[in-house]
Parts: sequence; structure tokens; C-alpha cells
Amino acid sequence: MKTTVSRIVTIFLIFLFSSSFLYSQDIPARPEPPKLVNDLAGILSVEEVQQLESKLVAFNDSTSTQLVVVIVKSLNGYDKNEFAYRIGESWGVGQKGKNNGAVILVKPKSANENGEVSIQTGYGVEGAIPDALAIRIVDNEMIPRFKEGNYYQGIDAATSTMISLLKGEFTADQYKKRTKDKSNPVALIIPLIILVIVFTMIRGSRYQAHSVGKHIPFWTALWMLGSMGGGSRGNWHDFSSGSGGFGGGGGGFGGFGGGSFGGGGAGGSW
Amino acid sequence: MKISKGWIILIVIVVIIFLLFSWGTGIYNKLVAQEEGVNQAWANVENVYQRRLDLIPNLVNTVKGVANFEQSTLTAVIEARAKATSVQINPKNLDEGSIQKFQEAQNGVSSALGRLMVVVEQYPQLKATQNFSELQAQLEGTENRISVERMKFNQSAQAYNTYLRRFPANIFAGLFGFQKKAYFTSDKGAEKAPAVQF
Repeated sequence: MKTTVSRIVTIFLIFLFSSSFLYSQDIPARPEPPKLVNDLAGILSVEEVQQLESKLVAFNDSTSTQLVVVIVKSLNGYDKNEFAYRIGESWGVGQKGKNNGAVILVKPKSANENGEVSIQTGYGVEGAIPDALAIRIVDNEMIPRFKEGNYYQGIDAATSTMISLLKGEFTADQYKKRTKDKSNPVALIIPLIILVIVFTMIRGSRYQAHSVGKHIPFWTALWMLGSMGGGSRGNWHDFSSGSGGFGGGGGGFGGFGGGSFGGGGAGGSW
Repeated sequence: MKISKGWIILIVIVVIIFLLFSWGTGIYNKLVAQEEGVNQAWANVENVYQRRLDLIPNLVNTVKGVANFEQSTLTAVIEARAKATSVQINPKNLDEGSIQKFQEAQNGVSSALGRLMVVVEQYPQLKATQNFSELQAQLEGTENRISVERMKFNQSAQAYNTYLRRFPANIFAGLFGFQKKAYFTSDKGAEKAPAVQF
């Protein structure tokens, strides 16, 4: 008995881990706790990461626009733009509805492979940073510095340029809390209340005592029933993803907002 | 006041009818919402393809400025663009035939642009200009957008089709004339974006 249970648990765990492992081989998993600067190749110093992170967090706090820097060792066979797009879409960079996120992906040059860089812009950023500007940032700010091995300076210059471009678009636009919750827990109780009413009516008609139901007009009951249909259409996913730009570690970056990407942006290699 | 048996039966029947009605409304509304999602995705697909068509005149003008540029490739691009512009799809009727027709016209543009980009390789003075490198980035970004929007269209069409064909929505779908949507297929050459590798 015990062995059967443990075997089932083992199979379940293997299944669970293998599926998440397969997924994580493709595209880096969303960092936990969320971070805006993700140096998975380990080319930046701790101070450099902190400086970039605090700059991007400050920008996110004031405008809700999220710039994410990802540095990887390998693109795992993907095209650089597709790789960056997939990070943006699966991490949900930017705020939902505004789609104001951008991904800066850097793959450092190694002994036998070219360096690759890509800027992918969310739908809401395409206006402020069109492809023609993205290629200028790549060609003028990043690649010349990367060629000299100055990765921090290149990323710093690129993010500063993007921030000043984006500030023109989203200045004092305060990010409101996610659109109102659609799910209404009261709706779940209403059918129960109606059941109680109907049963009380049945009892009341039999014993003519303790009737609660007769005080509630028939049409009120119907109206309650009708409102049940609309109210219960809540979406638990919306509800649970509501943590948006809040929660998380004290003072740091709160989390990704669920922005969407359309493939805009540009990339280059050296 | 005594509530008679007849009243109770009547109330129960009304309650059941109401439940059935709101259940049916829910399914119908979900079908409508999903179909609107597919329409939206289709509009985005058309949008990004249109974006590519809009880039072509600019590209042709830039390339034309270069001395003795091979004219036949340019003519082919312009013709393919004209053909693609003439293909109009009714979003109400996204069946296999119309999507295929749309795809064929756009594939013509893809391959003409691909040839143009190969020819451009022979003109280093053109590739060196900032104007051309920006156009090239725009074209590359547009190709990425096209593949993203096609993928998103297929995803929303799949969600809609799955819901539509499942019980009990299939009953309502037949009743109200909801049709299955076709997908974008990756046929030879279609997935191959013009080689903008430099």
C-alpha cells in the first residue's frame, strides 16, 4: 500500500519536473522573485547589476513601463528576435492593456560564436521606439561598446536612451490598479439562497409556520436569479494575476504586469 | 396566505426556464466573444501584412536611386504588391479557401522581396547607407510581426474552434450559424521570411 502511493507520487513528480524542465530549456523561466536585470551569463558585476536594476525599477515606479535586460549564454537555436519576443510574451513584461514593456536581450560574443543583441518592443512601446530607432540604438549605443567588451556601458547607454524616448510618451500617466475585478463571490451564494427560499415555501405551505419565503416577493426572487447569470462569469485567472506591480520584496521590483508583444523591434550581431 | 401546490410547481418551472435561458445566453455570448477575438486577431494579421505592403514603395524608391539597379526584381516586387493589394478577404468568412487565397498573394510578395534582398547583396554602397539599414530593420521587424500575429490568429481560432465543436456549444453553434475558422498553414516558402541576414 505504502509503496503504491509512493510510486504514484514519484511518477507524478517526475512528470511535473520533466515538463517544467523541458520548458525551461527553451526560454529562461520568469525570475522568482521578479527582477528587471537578469544576467544569466554572469558578465556583469554585482554593483553593475544593482545600478541597472535600481535605474529600471525607478523608471517602472514612475511610469509603469518595464524595461527588462536579459543576458544569456546561448540562444538555444532560436533567432535572437524570436528569443527576446518569447521572453517578453511569456514573462508578461509591461502592464496588461498598456503593453508598455521592452526586452533587451544580449548574448555575449564567445570564442566561436558571434555576439547577438535584440531589442523587442511591446505593442505599447512601438510608437515611442519604432524599429528604425531600435536599430539605431543597437548600432550606435550597444554594438560599438560591446565590441570593446564594455557590456555594462552599452546596456546602460541603451536603457538611458530608451527611457528618455519613452518618457515622451507615458509621462505622468499614473498606472491605475488593474481593471476592476469581474468575479463576484456573492453570486455563488445566490443559488443557495433561492434553494432555501423554495424549500421554505414548500414547508410553509405545508405547516403554515416560520415562513421566510412569503416575505420575499416573487419578482424579487426572479431578479436575484437573473443577476446570478451575469455575476458568476468571473475569471479566476484575472483575479489571481491581479498582483501586478505590487507585492513582492520591499522596495524592489514588484513584478511583471502581463504585457503583450507583437514582434516589433530590431536586432544586430557583432 | 396559503401557497397552493400549483404555485410551487409554477415557480419551479419558471426557475428552470430561467436557468436554461441564462445557460444558453452564456454559451451564445461566449461564442460571440470568441468569434470577436478571432476577428480581432485577423484584423491584426491584415494590419501587419498591410504594414509590409506600405514599406515597399519606400524600399523601391531607395533602391531605385542606385545606379543601374537590376530592374526586373523591382518590377516583380511592385507587381506582387499590386496583386496582394487586390485580394480582399471578408472577415465574416474565414474559411480555408479565403485564407489560402490571402496567403498565396502574400507569399508572392514574400518571395519577390526575398529575391530583391538577394540582389541588394551585390550593391555594398546601398547597404552602407543609414536609410537602407533602417528600412531593412523595419522590414525585418515587420516579418517578425507577421509571424507573431499569424501565430496569435491560429491560437485564437483554435480556442474558438475547440469551444465551438464541443458539446453543448455545438448545438447552439448550429442553431445560430457559427462557422469553424480556418488556420494559417506553413507551406513551402511561406514560413521562410525573405533572407534579411547581413
